[in-house]
Amino acid sequence: MSPAPEDRGLLRLTTCGSVDDGKSTLIGRLLFDTRSILVDTLSAIERTSQKRGLSAVDLSLLTDGLVAEREQGITIDVAYRYFSTGTRKFIIADAPGHEQYTRNMVTAASTADLAVILVDARKGVLPQTRRHSYIAKLMGIRHIVVAVNKMDLVAYDRAVFERITAEYRAFADAAGLRDVVFIPMSALDGDMVVDRGEAMPWYAGPTLLDVLHATPAMQGEAVDRPLRFPVQYVCRVHDAGLAENAVVDASRAGAGYRGFMGRVASGEVRPGDAVRVLPSGRETRVKSVELMGQALDRAVVQQSVTIVLDEEVDISRGDMIVRADGAPEATKQLDAMVCWLSETPLDRARKYVVRHTTRETKAAVASIEYRIDIHTAGETPATELRMNDIARVRFKLAQPVFADAYTACRATGAFIVIDESTNNTVGAGMVL
Amino acid sequence: MATNATASARSHLDWLEDEAIYILREVAGQCSNPVLLFSGGKDSICLLRLAEKAFRPGRFPFPLLHIDTGHNYAEVTDFRDRRAAELGERLIVRSVEDSMKRGTVVLKTPTESRNKHQSVTLLEAIEEFGFDCCIGGARRDEEKARAKERIMSFRDEFGQWDPKNQRPELWDLYNARVFKGENIRAFPISNWTELDVWQYIEREGLALPSIYFAHTRPVVRRGGALVPVTPLTPPRDGDAVVDLSVRFRTVGDITCTAPVESDADTVAKIVAETAATTITERGATRLDDQTSEASMEQRKKEGYF
Repeated sequence: MSPAPEDRGLLRLTTCGSVDDGKSTLIGRLLFDTRSILVDTLSAIERTSQKRGLSAVDLSLLTDGLVAEREQGITIDVAYRYFSTGTRKFIIADAPGHEQYTRNMVTAASTADLAVILVDARKGVLPQTRRHSYIAKLMGIRHIVVAVNKMDLVAYDRAVFERITAEYRAFADAAGLRDVVFIPMSALDGDMVVDRGEAMPWYAGPTLLDVLHATPAMQGEAVDRPLRFPVQYVCRVHDAGLAENAVVDASRAGAGYRGFMGRVASGEVRPGDAVRVLPSGRETRVKSVELMGQALDRAVVQQSVTIVLDEEVDISRGDMIVRADGAPEATKQLDAMVCWLSETPLDRARKYVVRHTTRETKAAVASIEYRIDIHTAGETPATELRMNDIARVRFKLAQPVFADAYTACRATGAFIVIDESTNNTVGAGMVL
Repeated sequence: MATNATASARSHLDWLEDEAIYILREVAGQCSNPVLLFSGGKDSICLLRLAEKAFRPGRFPFPLLHIDTGHNYAEVTDFRDRRAAELGERLIVRSVEDSMKRGTVVLKTPTESRNKHQSVTLLEAIEEFGFDCCIGGARRDEEKARAKERIMSFRDEFGQWDPKNQRPELWDLYNARVFKGENIRAFPISNWTELDVWQYIEREGLALPSIYFAHTRPVVRRGGALVPVTPLTPPRDGDAVVDLSVRFRTVGDITCTAPVESDADTVAKIVAETAATTITERGATRLDDQTSEASMEQRKKEGYF
């Protein structure tokens, strides 16, 4: 194949805003102007637009989802959309903006490198803008784009844009949001989304697509951290026929081939590296890093590989291979910000299961420190936790986990809470 | 290359591959009796390569399963058998025709598409073997109703998908827990587009059934789609049969899979054509999805893959 001149990998983003902010139109516009909407899809929404008596094609229909939602006229779930510019692939997690759907935004934000927060130019910074920004910060999104949309409805007035920018900046500084870019736009007409348009010559900054292209993806940032390699699966081969695929000759090692399979959660790993295995604490060296019979000279963050160790060490799923001189502490207590996701409130008398990386343990709530008032970001005392609540909670664990602070490393700082009586995922936690 | 570990910048295909391998290993780590659905189609061919990367030098921790409608192209079922044998992995085939004999599938007309009836046979196979997870090659970009599908999607004991009752899925902490009788559908290539699939096939040099490549075939034009002339889909009165250079973009049941006009006879040409294409995969080639805008959602609720 003729590879793209430069492959800038993949960026994941989330869009926050309500229907009224023109969020669906913005996503439709991004897909349309990057030629990611295809003829048959377009003709389907043209038909629907006509049926509804609209004069122009309503791009927001592109993200119109399930029948169940259309019946209620709302969006009930996170939807994933894809577009590519030829040099970079983008995944949009589109979260509904309604107040009662905090859990959806938390879900969408959990995998995003960047958040686009929509502000209606006519309305300025609203309580929901603050709410979206708070959640983006909480979920560890480092790059924020404030899209001041509907500039066409305020006559493309520079003063309006600058007023909203100043207002948001004051709030963002207080909230600790650092990398914030402001873009005036009209998603309806397409100005400053993919194309600059003619309407706002006074704005010299980047378009939305420019920012999406330039933003580093997360994997770049976690390379400098020490190795974390949660073991997903252990591959044991005694069968000489299959072992011909192995880098390490299985017939040589008495016990056969043993490969530890997983995805690098942070840092990197190379053959010869000194590592420690948790929870046993055994120290040894990496013999090889490989995939499908091919030896690699290293594996970096987010890379799925198989690690073979120098010595025979007893390791199973849920264990973690870490850099010997930079190991996390094993802890049987988690202090975390928790978003409750279930319609059934948290029951302090009950036991839950916490899944952290590939490790599971029974857990109970030791204390609820406070709940966050999502409108003011203020702390209020709390004794219970209901759906969409965000609170600081302390869990006691039956078995230790090897956690980092969520702000330092998402992959080893995040956990979910599972209710064993339903098997449902009922909570999402960020380790403090 | 996938294994070019010296480059710190990972390409989008590297990222997609890493994610898919991670998902396959999560299935292996969390589920006690999973199965991988392999049809001989391009998406499940990618899944097999990803499973090799995930589990070699070991065996796959799951067998392969094909639900055969009895209306598949011979090129595809031959390929299916050959590929499973090459890999040395166990292939289970269960057929819609057996469900018809049992009376669990009843066709309204003898020529009716058997595509939607695969759900019944799949659920019967799940029950027969006690599978707790089916790994499939579905992608979110294929169709509207799939855009909200989870990576690990929960199905109740009737195989039903309830869009209002799906588990929140955060970070890469997938929850594949089920009670007996329930199961998970796992989609490792959820985040891939059709173009990603073709680019991956090219990068990995994967073999495909011949009908994916341009060939001359008698077809009739009907409702904007090309209908191949086969014993199952004979021309109707007044149809003009023409020989065209066509290729298939999907290779499902003969009665509902249409080819597109194309001269692309190599993977590289298909990649180029896909990059420039202007019609979505299912829109162009799946005759059944056009029945109604919501038809996929309906079939998924009934247990369709």
